[in-house]
Amino acid sequence: MANTTLTRRALLKSGAIAAGTLAMPSIVRAQTATEMTMLAWYGQAEPDAVAEFEELHNVKITPKYYVGGEQMLALLAQSPPGTYDLIHADAEYVQQLVFAKFVEELDPNDYAFDDFFPEFHRFPGHWSGDQLYAVISRFGFLGISHNLDAVSVKEAMSYDMLWDEKHKDKVGHFDWHLPNLGVLSLKEGNSQPFNISEAAWGQLMNGTLSLKPQVRGFYDYGGVLSSLKSGEVTVMPGIGEWITGVLRRDGANVTTTIPEQGGIQFTESFSIGRGSQRADLAKKFIQHVSSPKGQFNLANLNVFPAIVPSKPAWEQMISERPEDARHLGMFKGEGNAIDLIRKERIHIRELPVQQELEDWNDFWSAYKSA
Amino acid sequence: MTTSISTRRLSRLAYSGLWSLPLPLWLAGFFLGPMILLIWLSFWDVRNFLLTPDFQLENWQKMLSANYFWAAYLRTTLIAISAAILASLVALPCALAISFFLGLKARMVVLGLFVVPFFTSYLVRIYSWQIYLTENGIIMKTLAAVGIDSGSLLNTPLALMVGLVTLTLPLVIVIQSISMLSLDKTLIDAAYNLGCGPRRVLFATVLPAVRPGIVLGALFAFIFSFGDFVTATYLGGGKFTTLSILIADTVKSGQQWPRAAVVSLVMIATLLVSALGAISYAYRRA
Repeated sequence: MANTTLTRRALLKSGAIAAGTLAMPSIVRAQTATEMTMLAWYGQAEPDAVAEFEELHNVKITPKYYVGGEQMLALLAQSPPGTYDLIHADAEYVQQLVFAKFVEELDPNDYAFDDFFPEFHRFPGHWSGDQLYAVISRFGFLGISHNLDAVSVKEAMSYDMLWDEKHKDKVGHFDWHLPNLGVLSLKEGNSQPFNISEAAWGQLMNGTLSLKPQVRGFYDYGGVLSSLKSGEVTVMPGIGEWITGVLRRDGANVTTTIPEQGGIQFTESFSIGRGSQRADLAKKFIQHVSSPKGQFNLANLNVFPAIVPSKPAWEQMISERPEDARHLGMFKGEGNAIDLIRKERIHIRELPVQQELEDWNDFWSAYKSA
Repeated sequence: MTTSISTRRLSRLAYSGLWSLPLPLWLAGFFLGPMILLIWLSFWDVRNFLLTPDFQLENWQKMLSANYFWAAYLRTTLIAISAAILASLVALPCALAISFFLGLKARMVVLGLFVVPFFTSYLVRIYSWQIYLTENGIIMKTLAAVGIDSGSLLNTPLALMVGLVTLTLPLVIVIQSISMLSLDKTLIDAAYNLGCGPRRVLFATVLPAVRPGIVLGALFAFIFSFGDFVTATYLGGGKFTTLSILIADTVKSGQQWPRAAVVSLVMIATLLVSALGAISYAYRRA
């Protein structure tokens, strides 16, 4: 009779072989996939945004998400050069990135700017002199977002409607001073909403304070979505399709209108982090998201939809997703997103020019407490 | 013989020292250490969104001279006091019933039920209150069905109180109940024997005797409400700027951690003074 007793050594040996076999696929993957780091707003490194590139280049993108450009700058300041290969930032913070030497110079010839509308060939904020530091990926407009059951597009064509008695206690704010004060500055008639004199700043503060009795609340991202969806709030200045586009996917009857007084433009872009060890791969990623296919994908990200600067991607949106394209302003003819920019109804979001950022922030705190 | 006694004394000292050690260690590591760091941070500077070690008084001057800071301070204090009073008043009959009217088994079950809310996230509980309080919520729809249209309850002082009482009530009930359960019942018998009616027994005997429990319950409710961020944000709609919201705003814009540290230190000082005052009142001889 054969000796079938399992010795301790045999058990350990079999266990080791079994564990090794089970772990082999992940070991192989871990050995072959290059890791690339990305500092970004939430959603930019989710599978719908990066899976195709990851598969194409056998790379794993590891995100570090931030909330707000200032947190991004603080994170970079606290990390050694080379920590982040890709940096996703709003245009107003790219200049700060350049000033602090957090990003590498880029060669404009590497990117498909010819596919972009002319307005984005030399986008202000992304260049310092003749040197390129960031490539625009998406943008959107901020105006008045509203529930169509309560506020018509015609009514939303003026910021003055926010003061209408019938909207008392129905006006909400996304809790960030920059876009709110930006659009209210336009309402006050400032042609450069963030570059205003002390007198105009005083007028803007008084005008904003007069809106407070109408205000229902100040919300974070989740709060903005739920309050607009539930009908708690019917109108919000200073936000855009990045909110209403998400709500519409969920069946809400909402849209964003850019009033006659104008709207604010936010812009997303990608840069290569200073000291990146995978700068070539990071360049390939930016080339990928600038391509027509990458741009079409970016316009429809799960996190929120946005306008893209690529003309071929516009064509694809119009033919494949006409309804989304219409809401985003990516259609042909008068009133589309590019037309609004050309008619100078859209102003790029910036940091305050003549006041300190903390003056705007302090006023916002005082406004919330008023 | 002497050596044996001193060895025994030493061993007893070492034993008691070992048991006493975690408290000062914990206090040093998790209270004094962070406190010193916070005080130090309040004198730092922020340059180009970057925290820079410094020693400047500007953060203190800036915050303590800002009207919005004092408005938030007053509002936070009033909200916390209101929540503490409300929670104590609601808890009192519950604690009396648990302590004097329920049998042992029922008492254990009911006290256990008051611990159950702590099993779920406070944030989730507050979010679920939104469903009830919103304009299209259950409460408003029920009221509308009987012809009462009062709009939404969200973002109102009432919603704030609902949230804070949700947070604090179970704890206040448990503290008050423990205090009442440890009351010497012969005092109540004596009061009745001396001819007191039920009301006088309650106000002249029971309540003075359980004062520490009532005051400590209210103190905990005050402390939790004073520092709460979730209710003020999600049920108050950020409309009632409290000190916690102010801290978040200060950090969010401009990375002003040093100024947020100033607000935090004022909050800690307020809570320390309140706690010391409340404890000395609770155990003061009548």
